[in-house]
Amino acid sequence: MLTISGSPHLHSDNSTRKIMYGVVIALLPAMFIAVWYFGLGALKVILLSVGFSLFFEWFIQKYFIGGSLTITDGSAMVTGILLAFNVPSNLPWWMVIIGALVAIGIGKMSFGGLGKNIFNPALVSRVFLLVSFPVAMTSWPKPSPITKTLVDTITGPTPLGYIKEGLGAGKTLAELTPHLPSYAQQLMGQMGGSLGEVSALALIIGGIYMLWKKIITWEIPVSVLLTVFVVSGILWLINPQKYMDPVFNLLTGGVMLGAIFMATDMVTSPMTRGGQLIFGFGIGLITVLIRVWGAYPEGVSFAILLMNAVVPLINRGFKPKRFGTARVAS
Amino acid sequence: MGLLKTFVLGGIHPPENKLSANQPIRALAVPSQVVVPMGQNLGAPSRPVVKRGEKVKTGQLIAEAGGFISSHLHSPVSGTIFKIDNVMDMSGYRRPAFIIKVEGDEWMDNIDRSEKLVTDVNFTPEEIVAKVKAAGIVGMGGATFPTHVKLMPPPGKKAEYLIINGVECEPYLTADHQLMLEKGAEIVVGTKLLMKALKVGKAVIGIENNKPDAIRQMNELTAGEENISVQPLRVKYPQGGEKQLIKAVTRREVPSGKLPIEVGCVVQNVGTAFAVYEAVTKNKPLIERVVTVTGKALKKPSNLKVRIGTPVSFLLEEAGGLPEDTGKIIGGGPMMGKAVATMDVPVVKGTSGILLMREDASHRPVEGPCIRCSKCTQVCPMGLEPFLLSRLARTGRFETAEQESVMDCIECGSCQYTCPANIPLLDYLRLGKNKVGAMIRARTRK
Repeated sequence: MLTISGSPHLHSDNSTRKIMYGVVIALLPAMFIAVWYFGLGALKVILLSVGFSLFFEWFIQKYFIGGSLTITDGSAMVTGILLAFNVPSNLPWWMVIIGALVAIGIGKMSFGGLGKNIFNPALVSRVFLLVSFPVAMTSWPKPSPITKTLVDTITGPTPLGYIKEGLGAGKTLAELTPHLPSYAQQLMGQMGGSLGEVSALALIIGGIYMLWKKIITWEIPVSVLLTVFVVSGILWLINPQKYMDPVFNLLTGGVMLGAIFMATDMVTSPMTRGGQLIFGFGIGLITVLIRVWGAYPEGVSFAILLMNAVVPLINRGFKPKRFGTARVAS
Repeated sequence: MGLLKTFVLGGIHPPENKLSANQPIRALAVPSQVVVPMGQNLGAPSRPVVKRGEKVKTGQLIAEAGGFISSHLHSPVSGTIFKIDNVMDMSGYRRPAFIIKVEGDEWMDNIDRSEKLVTDVNFTPEEIVAKVKAAGIVGMGGATFPTHVKLMPPPGKKAEYLIINGVECEPYLTADHQLMLEKGAEIVVGTKLLMKALKVGKAVIGIENNKPDAIRQMNELTAGEENISVQPLRVKYPQGGEKQLIKAVTRREVPSGKLPIEVGCVVQNVGTAFAVYEAVTKNKPLIERVVTVTGKALKKPSNLKVRIGTPVSFLLEEAGGLPEDTGKIIGGGPMMGKAVATMDVPVVKGTSGILLMREDASHRPVEGPCIRCSKCTQVCPMGLEPFLLSRLARTGRFETAEQESVMDCIECGSCQYTCPANIPLLDYLRLGKNKVGAMIRARTRK
């Protein structure tokens, strides 16, 4: 018997599974840093988050929406890891489970599952947890290499939180900055923060891996980072007594994690290069606005979620350059 | 190699698998019966001029052009018209065809069958076009557009460039490659004839960089020709697409919905150039062509010179027989070819290859949900959004699909090839083109 089907009769070895596990591999350096600085607490949060993300995906598919099971495609695992990366390493276990339920149940499956959600599931959950458990979500364990201690007891603010609080209390930057970690420490991740966001270096390595494997393109991360750098740089030039320098803004908080791993989520980002640049610009701008004038010290999650909401609009406005027509948009 | 020319938008790099590369062209024996379909060209099918029971000679006209965009058809063998009946062709539809019982191989007297190279191109443009038309030549890269029509630009349009397509970007296929190696001098003469017919001052032979021997050969053969140059191109599928090739060679972009002549270009395949040579200098109609017979499980992947109408099974025998685990037989290349239902279908003027796929490579992977990765948009050589167009077609929103330029799709299959969710994008795009095409025709009729 001969098979009849339309062309093409070849398929590349690309697959959803390959993309998702590629992202998991890209997350490994940051995961290593998380466990290195925050100890077994970080590992516990990651395992709980991944485990329950997979469980809820399976449970909801089996008992609510039906269809073929997709827990092996790696997407729930990516969501689980990213959720863990966005919370402190000492978050109580039951909050992590609630987080996984919100990420998978509300963030993803309520829209119909993989590919259908509007908002990044891990960020939906992070914001939910932040609003519901503000204290637990903002008490950050101080990093200390795993070789020194196995328990994390000392907590403190993130550099961004420290600055915001200090400025709010009427202190000047000159008084505050000596107490901040150095650029090198920030790059390596030796500072307070969500467990996966601290090391810019580890995240950049993951990003380069994803670029090399063609999982992501450069447009979104570069436009987010560049916008944060330029906008915070302008503010810093205007008044260096009041605003932190642009390098500090890039290395602290969730900018790197957001730009490289959260904003680049395929499902919730624009389809064309032009659209991706606008999307990244919006995220960078809103991030700085929230950091400088908002109530929260950190604004990447909100910025990404806000821009997620306008992706369908961006997709309408930014079409690829059609062959044989005058330039519409790039 | 980054400096080599290629087209700009999109494109993919499927594994080349040119298994039959450098296999000399072997002439296949004439089978005992041939089936010659009447619709071998794009446009109107040909109209028969012989009757059942009539004796025909090899090269004798058996059907004439059935319209302006149509072509003549000649008997590829000598023998008796056994039947004129509906027979399944490569498209899977039953269409009118001549079934000819072969008796000997007696050629028409006016055909020069010698291999001697004729370099004399002393013909007027009108003579060349008339001979090309009389020989029933169509585009041999697979599109089968009647060649003589392409040689008559519409009033007010003027060709500047003749581009000879030696790209052969489809994986597996090597027929054009081998033809350039063995019949390069003839192709150059054919090119000169085409230039004369079109009254153009410049011809460029485009060849992808994965065929260095063909590039070298054609460079040597055109060394004395001021007006013919060889352009090596960076390998990228679908560079053999007319619009992509024009872009790669001239940087010009054929406007949406328009023909290449709009930017002063005419593209002809190397196989067509060779057929033009034979038609003009030797009076030989298009009754045979080179076909690549290939496949990973096939014993002897080959390049065969085959009479039109020869059944596919006959070609497979010559290439070592049908392997045990064949799951699919494709007429053409793996990206744009058609899966055929039986081995009885005949080779036609547009058949560039016969490709066998193993059973395990014959089935599509399971479809998953679209993850909006935008890979399809990145690889589309026409700058379309296949994910969007396929959804519009799936949900019946054809008006929107028309606005989103679905008719620009060249059906190269790059989107579906690259889709990580294995969505049959091209199936839906074809559906969209089909419906939108009907809508446009209905509008213009009013």
